[in-house]
This record gives sequence, C-alpha cells and structure tokens, in this order.
Amino acid sequence: MSEKFDAIIVGAGPAGSAAAYSLAKMGFNVLMVERGKYPGAKNVMGGRMYAYALNRLIPDFWKEAPVERCVTREKLTLLSEKSSVTLDFQDNELLEPPNSFTILRAKFDQWFANKAVEAGATLIPNIRVDDLLWKDKRVVGIVAGTDKLEANVVIAADGAVSLMAEKAGLKKFLAKEFAIGMKEIIEFSGKTIEDRFNLASEEGAAQLFIGQCTKQIPGGAFIYTNKTSLSLGIVVYINQLIESKVEAYELMREFNSNPAIAKLIAGGKIVEYSAHVIPESSRTGLFTDGLLVVGDAAGLLVNSGITLMGMDMAIASGMAAAEAVKIAIGKNDFLKKSLSYYEYLLKNDFVLADMHTFKRSPKFLQNTRLYSLYPELACKLFHRLALVKGPKKRLFDEFLEETKGKKIQIIRDLIKGLRSL
Amino acid sequence: MNISIEDQLGLISFEVDKEKHIKVETSICRQCVDKPCLRFCPSKRFTLEKGEIVHNYEGCLECGSCKFACPKGAVDFSYPRGGYGVYYKYG
Repeated sequence: MSEKFDAIIVGAGPAGSAAAYSLAKMGFNVLMVERGKYPGAKNVMGGRMYAYALNRLIPDFWKEAPVERCVTREKLTLLSEKSSVTLDFQDNELLEPPNSFTILRAKFDQWFANKAVEAGATLIPNIRVDDLLWKDKRVVGIVAGTDKLEANVVIAADGAVSLMAEKAGLKKFLAKEFAIGMKEIIEFSGKTIEDRFNLASEEGAAQLFIGQCTKQIPGGAFIYTNKTSLSLGIVVYINQLIESKVEAYELMREFNSNPAIAKLIAGGKIVEYSAHVIPESSRTGLFTDGLLVVGDAAGLLVNSGITLMGMDMAIASGMAAAEAVKIAIGKNDFLKKSLSYYEYLLKNDFVLADMHTFKRSPKFLQNTRLYSLYPELACKLFHRLALVKGPKKRLFDEFLEETKGKKIQIIRDLIKGLRSL
Repeated sequence: MNISIEDQLGLISFEVDKEKHIKVETSICRQCVDKPCLRFCPSKRFTLEKGEIVHNYEGCLECGSCKFACPKGAVDFSYPRGGYGVYYKYG
C-alpha cells in the first residue's frame, strides 16, 4: 500500500467506527486498523449504551444493530453483608423512543465497523500499530511492523490504554485515575431473565450495587440483562484496591456469593470472563499536529453516579473528529490550530459539556463513606423499620437514633453529593 | 458460584503468540515489599515462585492495569502482535 489516506484510524471500537463511518460518508479515503482478529475482539464494557449519540449518526439504528434489550427498569441496590435496600425505577417511557440498550460488544462492534466498511472505509484487522509516523514534528501516519502508512490525519481510537496518545506525548498513565472492571457473562433462558427481573420480552434491566460488594473500596457492581444472558461485574478504583490489600478476582467471587446476588444467578452458566481498565478521570490532550484522540483513548467518560457514559461519548467524539477532519482537509491544514476545531465541537456538544457538569464527580465518588457508612446505614434503618419486637418507634426517631454522632458528616456529604452528581 | 481463575480463563479464546507482550524486570520486584501485582491483576497472571515474581503472559486479558498499577515501574507493557492474544465472543 503506497497510497496516502485522508485519515487513518487506529482501533475499530465505537469511537473509531463512528469516525470512519462519518468520514467515508463524506467521501474521504479512510483506513481503519484493528489489532484484534475482528472489531470487538478485545473490547469490554459493563453492558449498556445510551441511544442518543448513535441515533444522530444512524437514525433508528436499533432496527438493524445487534442490541440486546431496551432498558426500562433501573435499580440501585445498597448492599450490606446480609441485607440490601433497593430503589427500583420502572418506566415504559424509556422504551419509546428507546433511551438505552444493553449490548454485547463483540457482536455490536463488528456490526458498527461493518457499517463503516459499507459506507466505503477500508478495515484491516490483525494489525497492531507499533508507532506513529513523524515528519517535521508532526504526525503523518502510522508504523505497523515494517509497514509505514501515510495520512493527512491520524485518529487515535485505541481505547483506555492508548499507546498512540502516550507516544504523541498527550497522555500519562496514573493509577489513581483508573478503575479496573471485571465481568462475567452468565447464560440463562430469556424467560428466566424476564421472570427474575420482572420484565416483558425485549425489555431490560440495569442494576447497580454499592456497598459490601467492593469491601468498602470506592466502586460498585452491576448487572445488565441481555437477551439470554446477564452481564455481571465489579468496578473498583485501582489505587484504593491496592491500598486495601484485597484481591481483585476475590471481589468478583464474593459478589457472586452474596445472598442477594446468588439468588439472581442460580442455575446460570458462566460462558465468558473478561476484564478491562476504565479511564474514570484520566483526561488526555485531544489533539496535536496531525493527530486527534477520541473515545476512551481521550478519557472521555462520565460517571454521574447513576448514568455511566462511555460508549456514547466515544461515538459523539468520533463524529466530532470526522467533522474537524473535513474542515481541516478543506483548508489543507492539519496542524494543531486547525484541528483544535475538534475541541470546540466537543465543548458545544454534550461530551465536554457533561464532563464539565460532572467534573467534581470522580473526587466525590472516591469518598469511602459512600461504600461503607451509607449502605450500612440504609440497611440498618430498614432493618429497624421491618422488625417487630415490642413497641415501635416513628421513622424519624429511628433515623435520629441510627445516625447518632454522624449527622454533621452526613449533611456535609449530602451537600457535596448534590454539588457533584 | 465458586470458579477458579484457571477454569474461568479456560472459557475464553486465545491465540497465543510465541512472543511475550509484557515483560517484567524481576530484579526490581525483589525490592518491592508490597507486590500489589499479585492482587490487582484480574486474571492473576503474576505469581510468586520461590520468592520471585513470575509473569505468565498466556491468559492475559490485556486489561492494561499492570501498565500503570505497578508502583515500581517494573512492567514493560505492550499489546500482543496483531491477531494474537485474547478474543472475546461476547465482550
């Protein structure tokens, strides 16, 4: 291959495919390289994508994409060792138009990359990009083995551990900015899932857990319902995991055996285990001469406590990168100043706006009381309310008694929480 | 459900390369008292054999944690060559 591309995209995940699809539709000559055997082969996420971002690119995508279930039920469970308190929100308006879907990435990412190919992009799997190709201190292509491929712009869509962004000097990896996620896919019949989660067919549930499941380490656990499987996993901040002396894999095992969880997964068959790091607060430089960084590679992720957005941000950033490349090609200028239009687009879209809105959230979510004191408190309070053993007290009196000596701390955390999330 | 990490990794498909994609400078590990790699690696690829850290790159899930979670910088992380390593069926 001696031709020069308009753009080379490193990584065929959602950010890369969104950029490749958009640029191909605009008529540009795009190459997307993927180190896996197929797009999605290396990709892991909890299991839910909000529909908003992709719907702007491919309207009504769910009619053709391999989505699992449309989420209509949102649950938040506070777990202690023996008991749990669950907030269960059910809303059929989340169905029409669809708000979010559970997804299995190996299938979904292949479909999305193939959409880019149908639009005219070239996809080459089985290629690991070893380095960026530089000329006069600007990125002019990629190096893969002995091959050197040239392009006007390179788009780094190589995920949470973006070696491209690092090589370009745009990223430093710090353990305190990352979480580690582990996940199992557990197979059931569709009917079992619908019965256990109280769902109609095609409808799905997303359940988040905080408390005992992470042994008070900041993080949480999740269950997402797929068509005939559950995606079940744990996420913890790596720094605090290391400090706690707890073994990552043991958290996964113990979560499975918590009484509240064991009932939900009884009789199921584990068919896959996976793990990946998550850039919880790892911001990256978004561009340099000849290079744009998108998706997880750029640390574009928002955790508002309830909504966790990563894939949606990836797609929106891929689309914005394509738009910026189009303008840069029009001006035939691929230097920083010209490519900074990408950042302008992200600021004016939900991507950087949401990151700004929730900028305090990563710090707040590292408060260990959220994972120890509060789930325990909720469980103990409900235990008092449920128990009949002689004279009963009013709810407020039980609350006052249970929170004795902790009230100022609780009020402080509440205020911080309201400002952060 | 109690399932060992070995059984768990047995469920996953790998194309194992001859070439190691992660190299560990074990002379640095000897100075490390805490050895957190024994705990943070989700597929338990770091083990202690006769007091020495051993890393087995086969069965690595390429999660990326050891690239930055090793506090001593003893891990030289890269990805397996194109087409090699883990390939998820569900993901």
